[in-house]
Amino acid sequence: MEIIENSTYYDVVIVGSGAGGGMATKILADAGLKVAVVEAGPFFDPADPAQQTQLKWSYESPRRGAGTKRVFGEYDMAYGGWEIEGEPYNRIGDTQFDWFRSRMLGGRTNHWGRISLRFGPRDFKGKDRDGLGENWPIGYEDVKPYYDKVDKLIGVFGTKENLPNEPDGFFLPPPKPRLHELLYIKGAKMANVKVIPSRLSVLTKRINDQRGVCFYCNQCARSCSVYADFSSGSCLIFPAQKGKGQVDLYVNSMVKEVLTNEEGKATGVAYINKEDRREYSIKGRILILAASACSTARILLNSKSSQHPNGLGNSSNLVGKYLHDSTGADRMAFVPALMNRKRYNEDGVGGMHVYSPWWLDNKKLDFPRGYHLEQWGGMGMPSYGTGFDPNGLNKYLGEKVGGYGNGLREDVKKFYGSVVGISGRGEAIARKDNYCEIDPTTVDEFGIPVLRFHYKWSDFEKKQAKHMHETFEEILTNMGGILLGEKPGADRNYGLHAPGRIIHEVGTTRMGSDPTKSVVNEFEQLHDVDNVFVVDAGPFVSQADKNPTWTIMALAWRTSDFIIQELKKQNI
Amino acid sequence: MDRRESIKSLLLGSVAGGLLLNSCDEPAEKVTEKIWEYQYGRNKKEASIDKLLLETTFFTPAEEELVACLANLILPPNEQGTIEEAGVVPFIGFMMVDYPDFQLPMRGGLMALNGKANKNFGLDFIRAEEAQQKSILDQMAFPIEGVEEQPQEVQFFSLLRNLVLTGYFTSEAGIKELDYRGNMPNIWDGVPQDVLDEMGLSYDPAWIAKCIDQEKRNETAVWDEEGNLLT
Repeated sequence: MEIIENSTYYDVVIVGSGAGGGMATKILADAGLKVAVVEAGPFFDPADPAQQTQLKWSYESPRRGAGTKRVFGEYDMAYGGWEIEGEPYNRIGDTQFDWFRSRMLGGRTNHWGRISLRFGPRDFKGKDRDGLGENWPIGYEDVKPYYDKVDKLIGVFGTKENLPNEPDGFFLPPPKPRLHELLYIKGAKMANVKVIPSRLSVLTKRINDQRGVCFYCNQCARSCSVYADFSSGSCLIFPAQKGKGQVDLYVNSMVKEVLTNEEGKATGVAYINKEDRREYSIKGRILILAASACSTARILLNSKSSQHPNGLGNSSNLVGKYLHDSTGADRMAFVPALMNRKRYNEDGVGGMHVYSPWWLDNKKLDFPRGYHLEQWGGMGMPSYGTGFDPNGLNKYLGEKVGGYGNGLREDVKKFYGSVVGISGRGEAIARKDNYCEIDPTTVDEFGIPVLRFHYKWSDFEKKQAKHMHETFEEILTNMGGILLGEKPGADRNYGLHAPGRIIHEVGTTRMGSDPTKSVVNEFEQLHDVDNVFVVDAGPFVSQADKNPTWTIMALAWRTSDFIIQELKKQNI
Repeated sequence: MDRRESIKSLLLGSVAGGLLLNSCDEPAEKVTEKIWEYQYGRNKKEASIDKLLLETTFFTPAEEELVACLANLILPPNEQGTIEEAGVVPFIGFMMVDYPDFQLPMRGGLMALNGKANKNFGLDFIRAEEAQQKSILDQMAFPIEGVEEQPQEVQFFSLLRNLVLTGYFTSEAGIKELDYRGNMPNIWDGVPQDVLDEMGLSYDPAWIAKCIDQEKRNETAVWDEEGNLLT
């Protein structure tokens, strides 16, 4: 079958429309460039009533919000999950990795937690502290101006705290804590754990005329129809389309490989149109990969040519290596003082109003890197699962469990809003033997070779999870909580979630100044091919105990500025 | 004012405050109307899967009758709401096809229940007296303490009870009974004072001083060079 070549020649072809792809689109289109955005999923606009799920009630769907199809619940705004029909991946031996993908314009930014934390000075130089992993070739001072710009363009609430490794920014004021969050503040204080207002990219205050202000429905995971939360489509790509450049969206277009010429330079991409299942190509001067860390690695490794026999940008053999996800563990407790709560609307923003940044010194601990604490609870919208085991908590009150009849109505009402939880999210050490690579045995439904993963946690991460659980128990008990479930032991890796479960996977095209030890340079440009850039989380040398999105966007902006400069100088 | 009306007025109220943003040229009122069409944001692939599921029935008429009978014993009708109003039986039927792992325990469990009724009373469960029905349920409605793996009939009843209760409390009547107050545009300005008082909690004044002044939420943010908010 022939490849159908698109007649338009672009200044820039961007693969992927999430945080990194969206930011590159905005900056480069605003600079007047002609940009093609190639997205594997359909078009999505949270303001489109046909796609919108915000403000839907559970009873407006036949499954009442159950997660049988969308894994985080029916109204969650990610078209995809850890498993996607027709798009398999494999694991090597008994290693684990669960790969979350969202196939839609804006990608995972439509449902993410909006936790928008800057990496601090220490986060860029982990090796200097403990000799583990690798330092970034850049430091906080290089990225700070871009974090500042991202804060102002996108909007993030938070407070100035003057903490050494949690840099302040240009914040909107945060919302007041909820009831269970006040209990958390009290419980954490007793445990000497610092608590500060959350930093989320939700507009508690107007930032411009294009976006609305939060109306506190708690549903950021459904992507905001008035654009009051950060989603890449609504906050970057749509505004870019209204700017002075040209932005053409190619949706339902699954990129297969990067096309190169005799000199080994990239000329464009080949993709499968999911509608007619035929292969097309788009050509351009510069190629930006922003398909997500593992998808970008897959595209590079599948782009073999005589000039790049090992895959594109892979002369170092490091594409796919140093894959790492944040660590994660969670615990719940029943707080009897929160029984029979007075009802009021405490939806708030979509996520916690307070959190705890890492507060200890690892030199005094048996694991090298930190974690932050998130917490949850409250009188949320009843959804599938509400009313399950309606009076199981009675056992803590010495009352009967089980039964039937109208007493169950009273049980459900009594316990509503009385369970709280804490989650820890921490930094793992990037290791070369945690990786993804092409699996020669399998293709997806588009005929593209798939990935297989090799990933094992080390004792560092397990010990960190053990420490998390000790912290959870102390704080939850201080809150007056009765711990639910068992404290996980060594047999369960101390409750450490499988890699990939926290959905912060990074590191597959890591950044460095030495081309034999890294894939891209400090401007996220492939060492091997100067007209190819990577602006997703692939270039992360280390994923701090933060969330990656704010850093993805700051770096994507920095890279875009570099591209504009280089074009002016006619270097690329 | 019912919930839909109140949300509608709140949404329109917020338009006046410049809150709602329309991406298209339709008037705000029309967009708001559209929110209440029966649709739940499925993409093309999902919609075609759900259509198939909705066209599939799992329960036989006799099974469906039995599930309705059991659901009404688990949650008898009262002035707050009924199993029928809450659409509990169609919901359970849908979950059977949406999550096929439920099918065998449910079908087998219903059959075993009928078997027990026939053995004890010579009648199908549904035709037995209420007291007879309850005598059977009493043997399966309570988990055995300290036992890791509960007997089949306890597991079956637990599954059914879960689905009945979640079906009820996710319905319009159930959400009203639970008295959930959210899922509507509003302005969060902290925990009500009487709740704080009752819990013996208070806001730290230094913390609150940093929080959003909701009077100024619509004033566009401007900062000085140090990141201090000026508006």
